Amino acid sequence: MIIIFAVFLLTLLVITAIAIVRAENLFVAVMLMAIFSLLMAANFFILDAADVALTEAAIGAGVTTVIFLGALSLTAENEKKVELSRGVAMSIVTATTLLLIYATFEKPKLGDPEAPVHQHVAPWYLSETPKLIDIPNVVTAVLGSFRAYDTLGEVFVVFTACIGVLFLLSAKNPADKQSRRTPPESIGLRHHLIPKVVGRLLFPFIVLFGLYVQFHGEYGPGGGFQAGAIIATGIILFALLEGEKTALAAVPHSVMMAMVAGGALLYTMVGVVTMFMGGNFLDYSVLSSNPVFGQQMGIILIEAGVGITVCGALLAIFHAFAARENY
Amino acid sequence: MELLGYYNYWVFAIVLMVGFYAVIVRNNLIKKLLGLAIFQSAVFLMYITMDKVEGATAPIIQEGVTDQIYSNPLPQVLILTAIVVGVSTTALGLAMVVRIKEAYGSIEEDDIIAKDRKS
Amino acid sequence: MNPTEHLAALQVVVPFLAAPLIVLLKAKRLAWAATTLTSLLTFCIAIALTMGVLDGQNYQYFMGSWPAPYGIELKVDAFSAVVLLIITGASTSALIAGYHSLDKQIGAKRQPMFFAAWILALAGLAGIVVSADAFNIFVFMEISSLASYVLVAGGPDRRALPAVFKYLIFGTIGATFYLIGVGLIYMMTGTLNIEDMGVRIADVADQSPVLVAAGFITVGLALKAALFPLHIWLPNAYTFAPHIVTVFLAACATKVSLYVLFRFDFFVFQENLGGQQLHFTFFFLPLSVFAILIASAVALFERNLKRLLAWSSVAQIGYIVLGASLVSIAGLTASVLHVFNHAIAKGSLFLAVACLACHIKRLRLTDIAGCAKAMPWTMGAMVLAGLSLIGVPGTAGFISKWYLISAVLELGGATGVFLTAVIVLGSLMAVIYVWRIVEYAYFKPQGKKPAVSEAPFGILAITWIVAIGNLYFGINPELAVTLSESAASVLMGHNK
Repeated sequence: MIIIFAVFLLTLLVITAIAIVRAENLFVAVMLMAIFSLLMAANFFILDAADVALTEAAIGAGVTTVIFLGALSLTAENEKKVELSRGVAMSIVTATTLLLIYATFEKPKLGDPEAPVHQHVAPWYLSETPKLIDIPNVVTAVLGSFRAYDTLGEVFVVFTACIGVLFLLSAKNPADKQSRRTPPESIGLRHHLIPKVVGRLLFPFIVLFGLYVQFHGEYGPGGGFQAGAIIATGIILFALLEGEKTALAAVPHSVMMAMVAGGALLYTMVGVVTMFMGGNFLDYSVLSSNPVFGQQMGIILIEAGVGITVCGALLAIFHAFAARENY
Repeated sequence: MELLGYYNYWVFAIVLMVGFYAVIVRNNLIKKLLGLAIFQSAVFLMYITMDKVEGATAPIIQEGVTDQIYSNPLPQVLILTAIVVGVSTTALGLAMVVRIKEAYGSIEEDDIIAKDRKS
Repeated sequence: MNPTEHLAALQVVVPFLAAPLIVLLKAKRLAWAATTLTSLLTFCIAIALTMGVLDGQNYQYFMGSWPAPYGIELKVDAFSAVVLLIITGASTSALIAGYHSLDKQIGAKRQPMFFAAWILALAGLAGIVVSADAFNIFVFMEISSLASYVLVAGGPDRRALPAVFKYLIFGTIGATFYLIGVGLIYMMTGTLNIEDMGVRIADVADQSPVLVAAGFITVGLALKAALFPLHIWLPNAYTFAPHIVTVFLAACATKVSLYVLFRFDFFVFQENLGGQQLHFTFFFLPLSVFAILIASAVALFERNLKRLLAWSSVAQIGYIVLGASLVSIAGLTASVLHVFNHAIAKGSLFLAVACLACHIKRLRLTDIAGCAKAMPWTMGAMVLAGLSLIGVPGTAGFISKWYLISAVLELGGATGVFLTAVIVLGSLMAVIYVWRIVEYAYFKPQGKKPAVSEAPFGILAITWIVAIGNLYFGINPELAVTLSESAASVLMGHNK
């Protein structure tokens, strides 16, 4: 039964992708993109990747869509229908597709427990996590400790993107020289009854859910990254409802920057502290006399760093796009 | 049923190339970024497909249960990172598109090239 | 804590610690000062690592103390040491030279973000080089790419924006191709550590996913390295970036991708995949020949000074790949040597361009007509660096071309002669395009431009220090040659 459902979802995925490329109205394309992400998340869930499904739903369907819409409102809604060098592109694309499909025939089949992926490193994680770190969610253990250095890199990717967007969108607008009008105050959706009521009801639950995901990451699906994204989504919803000004009063710009820098700094400092305490970088075992407890402490600390940076960065990016409109 | 074991990989290949096609062929910069996002998502599907083990469950260890098998946690960790990279790239790209629109008054590649020729 | 044990990690951790702090520095010049200090510190770490490597030490570091295939391993050998020296050295000298010029081009409010992006680009590039884990390399590749998009987008001209957008599209496609390749290999071997992959891939080497993976990784990295014909993003990105950013990126960004490409190919594929050695040569040799000939020819007719030098960079990447494509100790030595020497030559050329740009707005060749009278020191440095780019005896460029020609002649027969002819022809074209710059600057009458004067002392001093580096490494090549030879034997050691 589940396999039929999976095939159905995957087929929908292909159809949606093609529809996105064909849609001439960019607004439609962005909305289809959100559906694409949700379908993707559903697929991940079927494939046992609960953490990834949660992230894809929060990031792909939530945050990405908002950023796309923000950019659309600053640019254009419709696409001019010109296509460049179609023939060449078609042949490159077809050739690569065939090559990839050819490569599948010697791949291990879906779900094959004998596949090499499941032999070498992965079983070690599954068998050693209870002994070395003693938390149920192995994904969090790998993310937070065994491959914590990757996660540190990931935090800095978000950090870079955030300062990049702020850098780009803080440049003077060339079209703006003649008219220094005062920006119209954005009032959000305050006058629309249904979004207002539903949004106000939802907001506390979203933030609460975000906090739950943050602190429950060791036991179930979730962790700093998902939590940061969910809380940021909640605050963005608040900004959409109440207008940006109110949202900025609640979480001012300086606080966002402090979050972005502070989270990244917290993560790096945990590593530096472990270095000073005689371990390698990010070796949390030295944090406490009981190495297992040290590991757990380290994971909680770095997850907090991830959550803070991600939340701050997503908010800062959203406000950078939104503020550009009022120039 | 034999071939269904590969269906995920075929979808990966097709979606990947749909995205790639949009990136090369479409003239609109936002459409190119949408294509890029599809292109990256397809790779997530490939990684997550390989983590599945028949009859297994998500890699969250249940206490007291001994004979449960779990899916592979590693590709999931990698893709968590890759999703973040994807959204970061998209955000940066969109910021560029906004600036391009302000500087050139258009987000169509051929218009921009034409305007650069003139100046 | 004993810092020498942690050197490999510190190379990345130091800039990571600095980046969040720099964003918060609002006072004028403070962000610049902090960035320059951090960069200098990483340069010192790179020197310490290089000295250790020369002493025969091999740096291995396990992140979080988890053993290799389970955790992430860092590794520094001779090849990494050369590239680390280039990255940190280029960043430091560019930053010192950028004291005036960056302040003028970037508004005061935006400076903290710009410099944080700079230090992140540095951290990302260094992180790629020290890492021994295929996926970790992807993460750091993204950090360095995103940061360098930001740096390029700081350019004052509006044409910087479409250029950087193209850079972003191509960079992301390249990185994603790499990610697909790594995924396919992981699928077949179950590991992400590069050396471990090399061991485990032997059993599955003849299966189609591995072959396809080799293709994706090679094409993806060649795209990021701007290997002809995948170079189309490079000329405009280099031309419209702020001048000081061009110095930094031209010296090291593409070379780091080549570094990953060579490492992957020589560590993982060559010894295991049947005929991979032959594929490698057949794929890269023709491309590098085209790169040398076509890009040099385009440079001959280019009218913008910066774009001319950018095209010359595409040609130089051709020389580097040509050396490696021979798959021999001599060829790889020449290749690594050219990575090093070209970084110095191109670095000092772009520094001289930045000197020119202090007083000349647009950098078409006609704009610099007759400027040598007013700016004798700037043009002097440019000529010196130009000679090294051509490969005149006594300069660093000569050493690497000499090694390259002897490596090619080792092949013998018609191919050897043909490739020598290509190298000589490429160098002759370099003579012509460098001459065109000299001709305009020294022998054309000055137009009706406002009077120009010599660049500020600080930037000039750095330009001359780097330019004299061309002479120094031309006369005393031992250090560079020793490092390159041991780098080559590290790479070939995996290819018994």
